[in-house]
Amino acid sequence: MKESIHHQVILRVVAKILLPYILLFALYVQFHGDFSPGGGFQAGVIFAAGIILYTLIFGIEQAYRAIDPRIFEVLLALGVCLYAGVGVWALVSGGNFLDYSVLAHDPVHGQHLGILLIELGVGLTVTAVMVSIFFAFVSRGGR
Amino acid sequence: MRGRCLIGLVDILLITLLAATALVIIAVRDLFAAVMLAGIFSLISAGLFTVMDAVDVAFTEAAVGAGISTVLMLGTLMLTTSRERRGTARIQILPLIVVTLTGAALIYGTLDMPIYGDPQAPVHHHVAPEYIADSPHEVGVPNIVTAVLASYRGYDTLGETTVVFIAGTGVLLLLKRPRREAGAEPTKNTSGDQNQTASG
Repeated sequence: MKESIHHQVILRVVAKILLPYILLFALYVQFHGDFSPGGGFQAGVIFAAGIILYTLIFGIEQAYRAIDPRIFEVLLALGVCLYAGVGVWALVSGGNFLDYSVLAHDPVHGQHLGILLIELGVGLTVTAVMVSIFFAFVSRGGR
Repeated sequence: MRGRCLIGLVDILLITLLAATALVIIAVRDLFAAVMLAGIFSLISAGLFTVMDAVDVAFTEAAVGAGISTVLMLGTLMLTTSRERRGTARIQILPLIVVTLTGAALIYGTLDMPIYGDPQAPVHHHVAPEYIADSPHEVGVPNIVTAVLASYRGYDTLGETTVVFIAGTGVLLLLKRPRREAGAEPTKNTSGDQNQTASG
């Protein structure tokens, strides 16, 4: 069954065409979350779904060649650190923990900056967690 | 008026589909079918959330419930088995009574709940009016949901992100294969790992 899915021409072609748009849509959801539905969590899941689709169609070896899976183990922690780091940054800048208003001269600009950064942290962690869990499952079952 | 009637019809349709999917999930023995049906269940729930104007929740439900968790459940089936073992065919009386009573109590509880969309409901008189009034000039983000999640409730979202992080780390610890095959000396293994960390 695993071999047969790799030889599905329609699946491969459609996945190749769709993949850039899925990843682009994830970035759109990530950075447009202030204005439209979405945010870091949803964007992270969509980005991970793109990578998972690629792995399903082209196989785990090909996916490992495209992206080093160890990157995700770093990103996993980096997202949370970025989020908490913004909180500490606010603390050092003279505000409360996670009070973004002190991050810039204008409180509203500070809020925008803080929200952008913490959403990025959420997105990184969620993408990394989803992809690494999937990779862990696949690399265990495939051999 | 006609629009509201139409939305009512859509509601009834979606809830009927939801209930039907849930019943089929209970009845079906093939776990592969059950996982796919659970994905469909999530997708229908996402449709319901959209009808209730909770687009952010619907978005999450569609992406996580119908997308990622279906894939992860399929991965689990690949590692375990895709047939459910037959349980005892006898109807268990005591659990049935407990479940029926709990269900009846829950339905009785919903009778006291405010009508959906009621502006006088207590939930709309706590902090929600302040968020709606203040977030445009305090946070300046058009999507109030983002303003609440990321700014007013920043602590909660940090906690949620940490939960996701811990869950991911836990699964990796349980499932990930060691990079080196067993058989190498433990001391050598440690030094090798250190070298790898240093070089990488």
